Amino acid sequence: MTVDDTTNPQHGVVGERRGTVLLDARGITKRFGEILANDTVSLTLRAGEIHALLGENGAGKSTLVKILYGALDPNAGDLVWQGQTVTIASPAEARALGIGMVFQHFSLFEALTVAENIALALPPDQSFRALSERIRQVSRDYGLTLDPTAIVADLSVGVRQRIEIVRCLLQEPKLIIMDEPTSVLTPQEADQLFVTLERLALEGCAILYISHRLEEVQRICHHATIMRHGKVVMECDPTKETAGSLARLMVGSAVHDLKRGVVPREGDVRLALKDLSAEAEGPFSVAIENVNLNVRAGEVVAIAGIAGNGQSELFELVSGERLSSSADAVTIGAVPMGRAGITKRRRAGAAFVPEERLGHGAVPGLKLSENLLLTRHSTGDGLVQGGFLKRDRAGALEQRIKTNFDVRMSHDDPEARALSGGNLQKFVIGRELDRQPDVLVVNQPTWGVDAGAAALIRQELIDLSRNGAAVLVISQDLDEIFEIADRIAVISRGKLSEAIPAQKLTRERVGLLMAGLDEDSGGAGDAA
Amino acid sequence: MGAFESILLTVITAATPLLLAAIGELVVERSGVLNLGVEGMMIVGAVMGFAGAQATGSPYLGAVFALVSGMGMALLFGFLTLHLVANQVATGLALTLLGLGLSGMIGEAFVGQPGIRLTGIEIPVLSDLPLVGRLLFGQDVLVYLSLALVAGVSYVLFRTRAGLIIRAVGDNHSSAHALGVSVLKVRYLAVLFGGACAGLAGGYLSLVYTPQWVEGMTAGRGWIALALVVFATWRPLRVLAGAYLFGAVGILQFHAQAHGVAIPSQFMSALPYVATIAVLVIISRNRILTRVNTPACLGRPFVPDR
Repeated sequence: MTVDDTTNPQHGVVGERRGTVLLDARGITKRFGEILANDTVSLTLRAGEIHALLGENGAGKSTLVKILYGALDPNAGDLVWQGQTVTIASPAEARALGIGMVFQHFSLFEALTVAENIALALPPDQSFRALSERIRQVSRDYGLTLDPTAIVADLSVGVRQRIEIVRCLLQEPKLIIMDEPTSVLTPQEADQLFVTLERLALEGCAILYISHRLEEVQRICHHATIMRHGKVVMECDPTKETAGSLARLMVGSAVHDLKRGVVPREGDVRLALKDLSAEAEGPFSVAIENVNLNVRAGEVVAIAGIAGNGQSELFELVSGERLSSSADAVTIGAVPMGRAGITKRRRAGAAFVPEERLGHGAVPGLKLSENLLLTRHSTGDGLVQGGFLKRDRAGALEQRIKTNFDVRMSHDDPEARALSGGNLQKFVIGRELDRQPDVLVVNQPTWGVDAGAAALIRQELIDLSRNGAAVLVISQDLDEIFEIADRIAVISRGKLSEAIPAQKLTRERVGLLMAGLDEDSGGAGDAA
Repeated sequence: MGAFESILLTVITAATPLLLAAIGELVVERSGVLNLGVEGMMIVGAVMGFAGAQATGSPYLGAVFALVSGMGMALLFGFLTLHLVANQVATGLALTLLGLGLSGMIGEAFVGQPGIRLTGIEIPVLSDLPLVGRLLFGQDVLVYLSLALVAGVSYVLFRTRAGLIIRAVGDNHSSAHALGVSVLKVRYLAVLFGGACAGLAGGYLSLVYTPQWVEGMTAGRGWIALALVVFATWRPLRVLAGAYLFGAVGILQFHAQAHGVAIPSQFMSALPYVATIAVLVIISRNRILTRVNTPACLGRPFVPDR
């Protein structure tokens, strides 16, 4: 797609915003109990503009978006749509006005086909066959390949997002709201999405783009509104700002660059995977094939890869949630642990943080101190004596983690589900870091966590390694990987590449490895 | 009339109440609600069907009584679980206990009274055909209704938008809500439909199967219907096959005993449950089957945030 500079609003005059006003939200206020989630928020969206909505977790972005999409009622404030004051009482009304939304956590029905999923969001005035044809046509026009008859449960995350987008496009919206659309995509898939978004903007569609990734906001957005603690603190042209200044506006204080420190030369191997293999457990699981990896004391090794390439399976094998066929496959310290359960591995000095914090990393309905007991009952913290829980000690530890890792909570020792995503992530990582483990394995350490909290978590991971621990990070976020990793390996279809020093790698090379297209395979030149 | 034909006739009679109750519960579960009170709704339907026929003199009006009383029980279940968000399993079990007690109380006066039988409709000429005549064209109206319901439910669930919405609500109620579907309304309607079917199934017992009122006359058929829905992996045509299979097993045990085959009757009565457990094991091994057919939100309460 070639675009003349004069017609591309991205290169427009400073401060001058193009396009007619489509939606004007004035003084929106929403209260949840004692918390003001939105405090007299105003936002103006224009046709043809990609408008970024920035803010930390809990800044009130999701609340605002839900109000615009009719999923929540504001306590006060007006919505003016194309010059008319409107009340948007339900998502159906929002869609009728021309507001479409692509959700962060996909709102798809897994048991239904692609076409059925899309049909549900559209008015019931066309035949199923005509709809399937329209789906094929729109997906062809926008380069979003989709098979209308496929069942969603069988599809990858990237394809699922395409369904959401096509579903949105078929409603011929004037405004599309996108909540963290790239968090699950590879760099290449994200590039494809940006092309689609830019084309939509050129066609006059307004896009409200929510993201934590400042780099991509600078790349594609024409205007940005920044929220903090439920209020709009600033509007700006993101192309005129630096990532650092945007982050500062979001967090309200400077986000420090990470202190990398020095890798101690040739530390002992603390975690060794040797010919680790496991069969797939079902049609949605990935087989792990001959994974070899050594993680030494003092270093951070990262495993990059697109979701669903065997990360969770590998994590389960390393943590002991699933046993390997031979004891030698996983060595922790100097002890073969491939046949040992998770508690034995923890006792040997290892700690594990799974990807899903709510439901896997923590039990939603249990208090934080009780969740703490779940991973540390037998790691020598004296939390259990003679089979009885020492709740006071657990409480004291919980307080320590809360202070050291800046876990914010509205009252003392709440249930895990009461914490926001970022705060809970700080807690589940803090719970393990607090032990000062010799080996830490963490899957997606900062998924869906805001910039401030992510920086804190990343710094803690580096510090832990520099104090002599072996740290293995599994992540899909390339920014994160390049920020913290000393060596990088890439997982693709259950196979792990060699771990290569980070300085010797470029993002493009890792991106290609993630897509399973290394130079060695001979296809890289064409694919790039 | 040959022995074989008479066996088939009794199989149809045994299968129809299972089919009616199960096809209703299938719709309920497809919408994401687990109503374990089928047995309770059935037994209330049985006693009210009997009472209705006694009061009006018409077995057809009796069937209407049965249907409406089943819906009444379902409405209570819906109010408790959908409106007040009570636990569905506990409420369903309580509904069964309530139904058993309530029906015993209402039915006290009817014990030992002769009932009014809902007879088969004899379609002229066709029902006189040899072999298949009585079998296919001489059944009562509820048998035809049960078969029509299977076809109707199958068509609506998989070929219409209403069915798509029911399946969507059962698969992911939060997403359905976000799309502007009224989750509670869909579930209320499904629960009421299930209650109507269960009530009718009960009415079939006291108006056709054994036209009289006996306390506890459902004898666990509600539970078999529940098991059937799982056995059929939530597919209407498999419910039909399963109902006739389970019905046949029930009838065969009488004939087996009559012919001196030494299979303990307890074993035969337990067979539907054993078969259901076997099917459960098989489908949980096959995750595609489970994922595509099992309503993912089954039994999960829905509370919209607003």
